[in-house]
Amino acid sequence: MASRRTNTLPYHLMLLPGVLLVLVFSYVPIYGVIIAFQRFIPARGMFGDQTWVGLGNFDYLLALPTVWQVFANTLIIAILKIAGGTVLPIVVSLLLNEVRSSLFRRSVQTIIYFPYFISWIVFGGIMVDLLSPNDGIVNQVIVAFGFEPVYFLGDVERFRGTLVVTDVWKTFGFITVIYLAAITSIDPTLYEVASIDGAGRWQKAWHITIPGMSMVIVLLMVLNLGNILNAGFEQVFVLYSPLVYETGDIIDTLVYRLGLLQAQFGVATAVGLLKGVISFGLISASYYIAYRFFSYRLF
Amino acid sequence: MAFVARSLALRPRRPRLSAFSVVNGIALSLIAATCLFPMIHMVAVSFSTRALVLAGEVVFWPRGFNTASYAWVLLQGGFWTSLWVSAQRMVVGIAINVVLVLLLAFPLSKEKHEFRARALYVWFFFFTMLFEGGLIPLYMTVATLGLLDTIWALVLPRGVQVFLVLLMLNFFRQVPGELQDAAEIDGAGKWRILWQVYVPVSLPAIATITLFSGVFHWNSWFDGLIYANHPDRYPVQTYLQILLRGDILSQATSLSEISEIYHLSNRTVRSAYIVIGIVPILALYPFLQRYFIKGIVIGSVKG
Repeated sequence: MASRRTNTLPYHLMLLPGVLLVLVFSYVPIYGVIIAFQRFIPARGMFGDQTWVGLGNFDYLLALPTVWQVFANTLIIAILKIAGGTVLPIVVSLLLNEVRSSLFRRSVQTIIYFPYFISWIVFGGIMVDLLSPNDGIVNQVIVAFGFEPVYFLGDVERFRGTLVVTDVWKTFGFITVIYLAAITSIDPTLYEVASIDGAGRWQKAWHITIPGMSMVIVLLMVLNLGNILNAGFEQVFVLYSPLVYETGDIIDTLVYRLGLLQAQFGVATAVGLLKGVISFGLISASYYIAYRFFSYRLF
Repeated sequence: MAFVARSLALRPRRPRLSAFSVVNGIALSLIAATCLFPMIHMVAVSFSTRALVLAGEVVFWPRGFNTASYAWVLLQGGFWTSLWVSAQRMVVGIAINVVLVLLLAFPLSKEKHEFRARALYVWFFFFTMLFEGGLIPLYMTVATLGLLDTIWALVLPRGVQVFLVLLMLNFFRQVPGELQDAAEIDGAGKWRILWQVYVPVSLPAIATITLFSGVFHWNSWFDGLIYANHPDRYPVQTYLQILLRGDILSQATSLSEISEIYHLSNRTVRSAYIVIGIVPILALYPFLQRYFIKGIVIGSVKG
């Protein structure tokens, strides 16, 4: 079948521009992690003559009292978000699935996933306004019921909760859509058979709908595993302040402040590298599990 | 008898609303309302008079209706400058994203026997999803290339959006291979096949990735913050970030301006900025709606 051999040169040429761009903006920065082992002076450049300090930056970093707190914050916030971001969409998609009127169902769907498309700058701006302790509408309601106003964004005790709730608020509609798609792919004859056997609404939800969507639920959770060190940089950056560093500072915000605000390039890169290496293991594991047990393939 | 009873039970009973569906309808309406309410509140505040906002009298509807906050925003030179930067980055950024997605997805959608080097390229791109250099090395790369303060810093580092490539690749795989075979028999080359066979049948998918890319570029702000040293290089969302976090008073350059800002109060002006930040997404939403759900499902679940 020599005639089947086709000329693949055009394929390589098509891939060339993308490959070059990825080479420059993904692989050169991977080479750039060497900054983590240098006393880096930006003016000399990434390929310039820098002083090597071995693991000096890591020693310095692990001696910082806040580092362990920051890693713990990151994990706690990420895990709470994954939990909330899994449970609420399951409940809402089950409820939406029971709705007969497709107009009502589609309207609700359209409204709840709108916030997903708004930037964290704008959504965060809305949250700051709603949650303001002086004149925010949420605190007006709280005060009207005779309670003390709550400083959601400035209170160390409440900041993580605020992050989780506002994040779930912004993203649950989007995940609900994914779950609904999984539900609609369930074979409708299963429900018919169950009806004939006298199964009620709850029994059908429990024995058919939930098992039918469990693949997607577990798959999304597995893929989330790789994100467990990403607690949501943009959100935290927009909502946090020095008041709540103790519970709200995460790895990515620490890297930003150390590196770009305090110009400690070596230390900041070391923090980022530590995160990158752990994430590499987690993401690889999550894709492997997804591939092995769910036949999930990206490419 | 049993048969009759069963067929009666099977007959659909439409008209009566059960208690469950009423409760369910109310619960879902409330959930939807909590998503809608914050936006409506912002719109109401942005069109209201400062004193009534401060008195806590504005909830869903503007009180003391006026457009002064918007008039003030639209007089800000910085706002128009940032809008111009955003317009540039969207035109250039979307073009780069879409062209590269097409050029990458087409060869990568081929089977192994058609394109042997495919696996190599797949690993090349896949690895960047597993490990990245991080913020500082990326920043230094952009700085070393002399891209700071240019539009290229906003469009080139994310020029290849792997997620969009995956979306397109899955779409291309659904195009019947016979189309390519027929075109090849007619003597068409790979470039012509991509351009004249695949692109015309993929317009819905191309619309989807155009929208994804547009939303990405409109919403991005962090790259603007770090790669631009001068505020006149900020895209809209970066400009908004500075305003929504900082005190708007520090922007004023003259006494009359200060008194005018005081007149409006931060909250009404900030709400106006927030509404302006949402409007483009709202305008695109009907289209997003149409294409996104399909895109989301293909991209995130099917794979």
